[in-house]
Parts: sequence; C-alpha cells; structure tokens
Amino acid sequence: MTSLPMAAEDPRDAMPDHIPSLRAFAISLTRNVSEADDLVQETILKAWSNIDKFTVGTDMRAWLFTILRNTFFSSKRKTRREVSDTDGAHAATMFEKPHHDGRLAFTDFSRAFDKLSPEHREVLVLVGANGYSYEEAAQMMGVAVGTAKSRANRARARLCELLGMAEGEDILAEQSGATLAVMGRSGFQAA
Amino acid sequence: MSGDNQKSSLRKDIDENLKRVYEDALKEEVPDRFKLLLEQLKAKEGKK
Repeated sequence: MTSLPMAAEDPRDAMPDHIPSLRAFAISLTRNVSEADDLVQETILKAWSNIDKFTVGTDMRAWLFTILRNTFFSSKRKTRREVSDTDGAHAATMFEKPHHDGRLAFTDFSRAFDKLSPEHREVLVLVGANGYSYEEAAQMMGVAVGTAKSRANRARARLCELLGMAEGEDILAEQSGATLAVMGRSGFQAA
Repeated sequence: MSGDNQKSSLRKDIDENLKRVYEDALKEEVPDRFKLLLEQLKAKEGKK
C-alpha cells in the first residue's frame, strides 16, 4: 500500500467516529457486552498498528468491521468454544406461535435473533441492519457473493422458523427442518 | 403460499426488527476506555 505522507492527515484520526457502530456490530455478533468490549479493544489495537493496510479513501467502517469479525471468528475457532447461547437452547424449540396480526413482536424477535448462529447474525446485521450490499458483505466475510446471499436466506428462514412463521417456504422446502436444526446447532460454517 | 406480497412484507418486518436490534446495541453507552485507548496510542505515536 501507499506509504503515509507524514504531514497529511492520519486516517486513524477518524477511528473514534467509528467506535459506536463497531461496538454495536460486536454486540450483535457476541450478544454479550463485555465480550464485545474486549473484541472492540482488540480491533482498535490491530487497526492502529495495521493502518498501512488501509486504503485511504475507502470505507473505514467496513475495514474496521472486517478486522473485528475476523478477530471474532478466528478466536472462536481457536478455542472451539461455542458461544454459550443463554440457556443452551439452539435446539429445535420454537416459540409460541406469535399473535397473528402479521407483525413480529420485538421481544420475540430479539430472542430468536439471539439463538441464531453468529454467522447468521453477522450477515443479517451487515445486510439487513447496516444496509451493506451483498457484494460488500461478502467481501467483509471473505466469501463469494452467492454464499453471502444464500447465508442470508438461510438466516432469514431460520429466524422465521424460530418465530414459528412461514416465510421462505420455498427455502424450507428444499431442506428438511432437521437439516436446518443441525445447521443452527453446529454454529460454524453456516453456509 | 398466499403470494409474494405477504412474503415481502414479512421480509420488511424482519429488516425493521434487525435495524432495531442494531440500534439498541448502538444506544448502549460506549465506555470511555476506547477513547482513552485511542488517545494513548496517539500520544505514544507522537513521541516516536
């Protein structure tokens, strides 16, 4: 990458602006504030010392998100510790069928979201909540665009399954509920 | 089954809820430790 012109603005000066969204992303991945804070800390340190790898003029937030998610998933691989989801219930338990006024109750949604694998939470937060394109999300996740899309579809289908709703019936039809349940449990390599 | 309309409105519903999950996380107060850390890193850099 280009060497930093010493006199010019240090791109790192923009880092404080990105901390809140970085932390929200960390919380979305870990669902645990103290774990999220450690992750943000580690990300800041890595970003700071690797700033020469950042291409000035590109999306710094996306760059930071990438460092954060790589840190998160590689430490998870190392410890092989599955994120202890609140009550160990990645199981095929479904919530009570919600009020069928068509709207999702937020608390139910939130609980279902917690039960997704981190990979599923990641893609949904990048695309659904942050509005990144599949191309951008795929780049951050280090996968092909098609993988990002199918992962997002599965994540949505899984959410609906947990909520006892019937979206993506075409998706569910292709894969038995058992497959989906196993995917949900296995946590890693959701796509 | 009852068509694309229902499906896409459910998807919109999901996305709205996702935004809310994220915004809730965004509302969590950011601890000072990160600002301090960045200040420390910057100060250290200046001394080099």
